[in-house]
Amino acid sequence: MFKESNLRKPLILGHKTYGDITNDIVNPIMGEAPKQWKIAITIAFIVALYGVGCIFYVVGVGIGSWGLNKTVGWAWDITNFVWWVGIGHAGTLISAVLLLFRQRWRMAINRSAEAMTIFAVVMAAVFPLLHMGRIWCAYWTLPLPNSLGSLWPNFNSALMWDVFAISTYFSVSLVFWYIGLIPDFASIRDKMTNHPMRRFYSILSFGWSGRAKHWTRFEEVSLVLAGIATPLVFSVHSIVSMDFATSIVPGWHTTIFPPYFVSGAVFSGFAMVQTLLLIMRKVMKLEAYINMRHIEYMNIVIIVTGSIVGVAYLTELFISWYSGVEYESYAFINRFSGPLAWSYWCMMTCNVISPQLFWFKKLRTNLSFTFFMSIIVNIGMWFERFVIIVTSIHRDYIPGAWGEFKATSIDIGLFIGTIGIFFTLFLLFSRYFPVLALNELKTILKTSGESYKKEGAHH
Amino acid sequence: MGHDKLHFEIPAKTRKWCFGLMGLGVLSAIVGGVADETHGQYWWAVLLICGFFFLAVSLGALFFYALQYAAEVAWTAQIKRVFEAMFSFIPIGLAVILVVLLAGQFHVHHIYHWMDSSVYDINSPNYDKLIADKAVFFGAFFWVRIAIYVAGFVLFARAFRKWSLQEDESPSTELHLKQYRRGALFLVYFAVFSTTIAWDVLMSIDTHWFSTMYSWYIFSGMWVTCMIFATLLIIWLKGKGYFTKVNDSHVHDMGKWMFAISMLWSYLWFCQFMLIWYSDIPEEVTYFKTRYDNYMGLMWGVFFANFAIPFYVLIARDAKRNIKFLQRVGAIIFVTHFLDIWMAVVPGTNHGHEFGHHPGFGKSLLHWGWTFGMFLGFLGLFIFIVLRTLSKAKLVPVNHPYLNESENHHI
Repeated sequence: MFKESNLRKPLILGHKTYGDITNDIVNPIMGEAPKQWKIAITIAFIVALYGVGCIFYVVGVGIGSWGLNKTVGWAWDITNFVWWVGIGHAGTLISAVLLLFRQRWRMAINRSAEAMTIFAVVMAAVFPLLHMGRIWCAYWTLPLPNSLGSLWPNFNSALMWDVFAISTYFSVSLVFWYIGLIPDFASIRDKMTNHPMRRFYSILSFGWSGRAKHWTRFEEVSLVLAGIATPLVFSVHSIVSMDFATSIVPGWHTTIFPPYFVSGAVFSGFAMVQTLLLIMRKVMKLEAYINMRHIEYMNIVIIVTGSIVGVAYLTELFISWYSGVEYESYAFINRFSGPLAWSYWCMMTCNVISPQLFWFKKLRTNLSFTFFMSIIVNIGMWFERFVIIVTSIHRDYIPGAWGEFKATSIDIGLFIGTIGIFFTLFLLFSRYFPVLALNELKTILKTSGESYKKEGAHH
Repeated sequence: MGHDKLHFEIPAKTRKWCFGLMGLGVLSAIVGGVADETHGQYWWAVLLICGFFFLAVSLGALFFYALQYAAEVAWTAQIKRVFEAMFSFIPIGLAVILVVLLAGQFHVHHIYHWMDSSVYDINSPNYDKLIADKAVFFGAFFWVRIAIYVAGFVLFARAFRKWSLQEDESPSTELHLKQYRRGALFLVYFAVFSTTIAWDVLMSIDTHWFSTMYSWYIFSGMWVTCMIFATLLIIWLKGKGYFTKVNDSHVHDMGKWMFAISMLWSYLWFCQFMLIWYSDIPEEVTYFKTRYDNYMGLMWGVFFANFAIPFYVLIARDAKRNIKFLQRVGAIIFVTHFLDIWMAVVPGTNHGHEFGHHPGFGKSLLHWGWTFGMFLGFLGLFIFIVLRTLSKAKLVPVNHPYLNESENHHI
């Protein structure tokens, strides 16, 4: 008979029954919202409103309100775009790739990571849409039959591929997330006998009855979606990287970009998952489900992907010298010693050097340190995109065309604003949605629950 | 038969086959030596290709083995001796590479253009600024790196094996945790030196050319050939009545790896090609220009064989559980990966003239013949070394803490 090895620490702490799992996750939804939640959503909502204001301002006034100029045509906008898309990757990786690898620890974190993915991709989409200037013409990116003359998307352009990559990614992630939610919505519905919200969850659960047939279909569709989502983890950020790598700009054109962007995306995504979950487990008292083992594993993912990114940084740096191409070498010399060198060293410290501290078990199992590091990595990954985008183009081939970039208050407001919108959406999710995949968690209770493992050890 | 199924013995017939293949290899090497029309350049290139290819298979095994410990994988616990056997080939693979490199250094062949000292001499007509600028990298430092590869890979491989055998004698969780830590450490070592070994041994053949993706692409090839060899070996051993507790699920998982890493290789190959083709920068595009001009069919043939065949044949669940599918697809990908390494080397060393000028069908056949003969010779040697190591210890590690999980692996 299968028995999980005692070398593996339990995934669900304490003595929990199936009923306990349902209660632990559904009761907070039925009860009064905690005070911390109310405070948090108020702050997030105010920031979000400011962001929405900035969005309207940009739509009304135009992108001249950003700090872009003739030399630096992309800066905070595309940095923010890539940053947000990257963050989204962790959700897909956890739900699809870790599913294929049969990682049971993913079950406590997949739901909120997937939610994070969806909100992050929505935030990402804001920037290229605004960058179009005339957002009402956004549908021109779609190959729709039209009477506007020769208007037709240029399929040779990586930017065009991106439109399809991101929209596919968003749709699949949304469907994947929602399918997983259906049985859990039904569990909430069944708990709420006389609750005013019962009707709401009843609609959301699509008439789920929990019959064997429903479960079979559910598992089949989950596996198929995981199969589709796995190549998407790779394709989306690969294609985002091609926005740069298909060009002939030194610092942008380098063949390692696709896999290195994917790794960087997972890296930043896990950091954001840590940031969110460390707060959530505390506020919602989910320490038994999201315990030290989960946090440690996520930190290990962070150190692995961070080191892969480190290898890629050094490979790029080395090859820029090895190539013997003057422009190629200069792009990198300028990165680490030019006027924006501070951003390069910020990136190196946050992404490559500081995650190495997680080699120490004491540090990677320390909650405050993990939280601190998750913020550091998020900062570092923002700077990575800033370094790639701005330092590669601010010094053109001809010194006469060299320029500088200064962010305007609208640039900053938009970025901060999207963080506000993101947190508002995530807080709403954590209040009204089942934040853990409770039905999935039940499947591992008997093999990986603490008390069951102990019982098993006596036999 | 009455023999203990925990102890593998090389069947007499298999031994004969291995020696037969090795004999064929030696014969091919002699034929090649005589028939070669490139002053030995192509002959040495083939030796390099064979040496690197099988070194890559064994390095892939060492990487995968370390990965299993670092990632706390259970299902491979039963089959880990297969990977130990495969990485026991590492010293031989390294020795072959070393012979080729030393021969180059003493100007027996000119595979590595940068080994020619006149390219660094500004007064020489051969002076090559691009190479001369990289003198620091190609001088003594090159040999320091080679020494690091030899020492590092051999020592790690030995240490893993030693502790693994110790665990058979005395069950100890401590030993397992030590392997876990060493596995993680090796992955760090491997991340750095699998990158540089690809630059040193292969990328530097096209000395002017560079690609940041190159090392990861070579690494993915290592990994996939390793997974194929391991899968076929496990299937073969099961057919001989060993590995009674290795079930369909294990085979299925091996098939998944074969499929997944084939896709990884295809992804990396395509991204590298596409980005270079798309941006069309002269410094970079030369690499594919040579291949387009002289090896168009082979280049795309290798790509499609390694991408389309596993993709269409192995995508279905049942296909990954079907031994015949795995064997046939595996054999095709294995051989086409050999051609992939061939494509990485020969266009840079012989520029389309490896079979002489205007060789014609008969001559091409002869040269391909002894090329594959040498490949088969190395294959025979590789199989023999692997099986010999396999016969020296228990086929299944008896005290592995995840053994129970592995034996009850059902998906």
